[in-house]
Amino acid sequence: MSETESVSHRHAAGPYFGRFGGRWMPESLVAALDELDEAFRAAREDEDFAAEYLRLCRDYTGRPSLITEVPRFAGEHGAARMFLKREDLNHTGSHKINNVLGQALIARRMGKTRLIAETGAGQHGVATATAAALMGMECVIYMGAEDTRRQALNVARMNLLGATVVPVENGAQTLKDAINEALRDWVASVENTHYLLGTVAGPHPFPSMVRHFHEVIGDEARAQLLDTQGRLPDAVAACVGGGSNAIGIFHAFLDDDVALYGYEAGGDGVESGRHAAAITLGRSGVLHGARSFLMQDEDGQTVDSHSISAGLDYPSVGPEHAHLADVGRVTYEPVTDAECMRAFESLCRTEGIIPAIESAHALAGAGRLSAAWTAEDADAAAERIILISLSGRGDKDVATAADWFGLLPGQENDPTDETGDAPQTGVQA
Amino acid sequence: MSAQPTTSRTAEAIEAARAAGRTAFIGYLPAGYPDRDSSIAAAVALAENGADVIEIGIPYSDPVMDGPVIQQATSEVLGRGFRIDEVFEIVAAVAAKTDAAVLVMTYWNIIDRMGPDEFARRLAEAGGAGAITPDLTPDEARPWLEATDRYGLDRVFLTAPTSSPERVARIVEATRGFVYGVSLMGVTGARSSVSDAAERVVAAAHGAGAPRVCVGLGVSARRHVEEIGRYADGVIVGTALVAALRDGGPEAVGRLAAELSGREGRD
Repeated sequence: MSETESVSHRHAAGPYFGRFGGRWMPESLVAALDELDEAFRAAREDEDFAAEYLRLCRDYTGRPSLITEVPRFAGEHGAARMFLKREDLNHTGSHKINNVLGQALIARRMGKTRLIAETGAGQHGVATATAAALMGMECVIYMGAEDTRRQALNVARMNLLGATVVPVENGAQTLKDAINEALRDWVASVENTHYLLGTVAGPHPFPSMVRHFHEVIGDEARAQLLDTQGRLPDAVAACVGGGSNAIGIFHAFLDDDVALYGYEAGGDGVESGRHAAAITLGRSGVLHGARSFLMQDEDGQTVDSHSISAGLDYPSVGPEHAHLADVGRVTYEPVTDAECMRAFESLCRTEGIIPAIESAHALAGAGRLSAAWTAEDADAAAERIILISLSGRGDKDVATAADWFGLLPGQENDPTDETGDAPQTGVQA
Repeated sequence: MSAQPTTSRTAEAIEAARAAGRTAFIGYLPAGYPDRDSSIAAAVALAENGADVIEIGIPYSDPVMDGPVIQQATSEVLGRGFRIDEVFEIVAAVAAKTDAAVLVMTYWNIIDRMGPDEFARRLAEAGGAGAITPDLTPDEARPWLEATDRYGLDRVFLTAPTSSPERVARIVEATRGFVYGVSLMGVTGARSSVSDAAERVVAAAHGAGAPRVCVGLGVSARRHVEEIGRYADGVIVGTALVAALRDGGPEAVGRLAAELSGREGRD
């Protein structure tokens, strides 16, 4: 699928990515978005800003993050070698901190004193609450009421960090409704408040700005592979919800002869209707300020998404991904809950690393890719390298995983009694 | 006042109010709330009690500009399986039974999904005067400008206290019918006082050449209408009417409309 492009896909500045992107927003927010765009562009050119951001990445986040070869995990799927980009080792446990620190610095430069953010599973909320604590800013996190119940520990984490968590009771009470509520707050509070959007979706300048702060993932990984292996990978695999870790790791490789794979949340299977695979579904629409692929019905009403991974449970996707899918530079495929949880378990047992369930979608996709290569030509496959974005650690997912595998006290569904596949019970919406 | 011929039915309705010495009264109700027939009856009651322009809101899954009262109403409508076809039936019924100009108010993805041209065609066919699009700015509006031109529909854009002079000029230029001035920085919802930002918003749009500027977001009492009428060409009321419909049905909408339009007790 990696076609040779004469035009570079890198550094697309927005607002448009091909026929996607843009800014469908209430007029009340346009001035704030323009101000943010200007502040971001000024910051990007400012050496002091870059130095401050790099210092925080190094001394606070712990960058550069490692790359780790995972031969035992790779061996379970096929002949190809696999390397993980270890964003799970960042402070707060995922790639989210890269974007949060960058935007919080910009907000401070703009004189904002209050940060608001949406969160699904709580990773972005925790990261934002962390940055607010670090910089002495007020912080309010909007979280679907359903998610606050599922992720009570993360709510407590945010509270410990000094943030206020507002449960959102509207709609499906999940991530998209949290974004709606954060936007409503922002319309009324824009004078002193920055909306710290957590992914590469939303109106311009968010998609290109959030990507900018995550480009470090791919830049580091590319240099690390060149340094240790003397070569580029053959493929890069990342999970895609809104798509921030994926765009961050893909960006460095867009102009290389490297195949790029984004794995969407296939939920119970795309044919079941219970999934979050907006690109696979392929319907163009406008949600939260950008044109992209969108899960919607015939009338244009947003359809509720579903995934075992709260972080991928979003009915749209960042507009740059929609464009990269459109032009064929990146291949996007769905990974079901069951496939993802098999990869999750496999990484735990073969490598001693508990991944975020989001990241396990990328692991499953990489396994599928290696298996296909190996079936085709095992010797050639053994010469190939897959770089996988391990976007977060799985501590937050232990309860979900324990439930899935029937490990909770009192659960009768012991997976060792089954015929080898993931148990069918355990996760029932 | 305006001797110029106009092709805008919304403008005609506002100018007719002006000619009668009144501030135009623009009332919002959600399509299909609490059910199809009651929403038609409520809109008719609204027109019979002084509304010059009626906005029929299209229920949408992600209404980021709506406050809790309207959200509650529209999510109830969506919950009973509302389909877009119903909007055109309601617009047709209200347009047939009243003299008011009937606009729809809709988030962009509803139009986008149907296709701007098809949406405009069906709206015009139903007797609608045009549409208000709260999450569409002139920057992204080219297909909508073309479709509304083709079918002779009005298109109402919003202007905010934070809009720059350049943006206000662009909004005024793109608009047909009236410019919708947002009086508060916030989502919809009845408030006890109307921000003084409203007067500045209206002055900016008038200054940029808008013949008609109406003010919404926050209006709930006759004194707001009188206050706004001193500088604006029309007053937009939404949440207070929806709350009245929720609590007292179409009759309550009629009573509140009469009070807001200053007709109370006259008939």
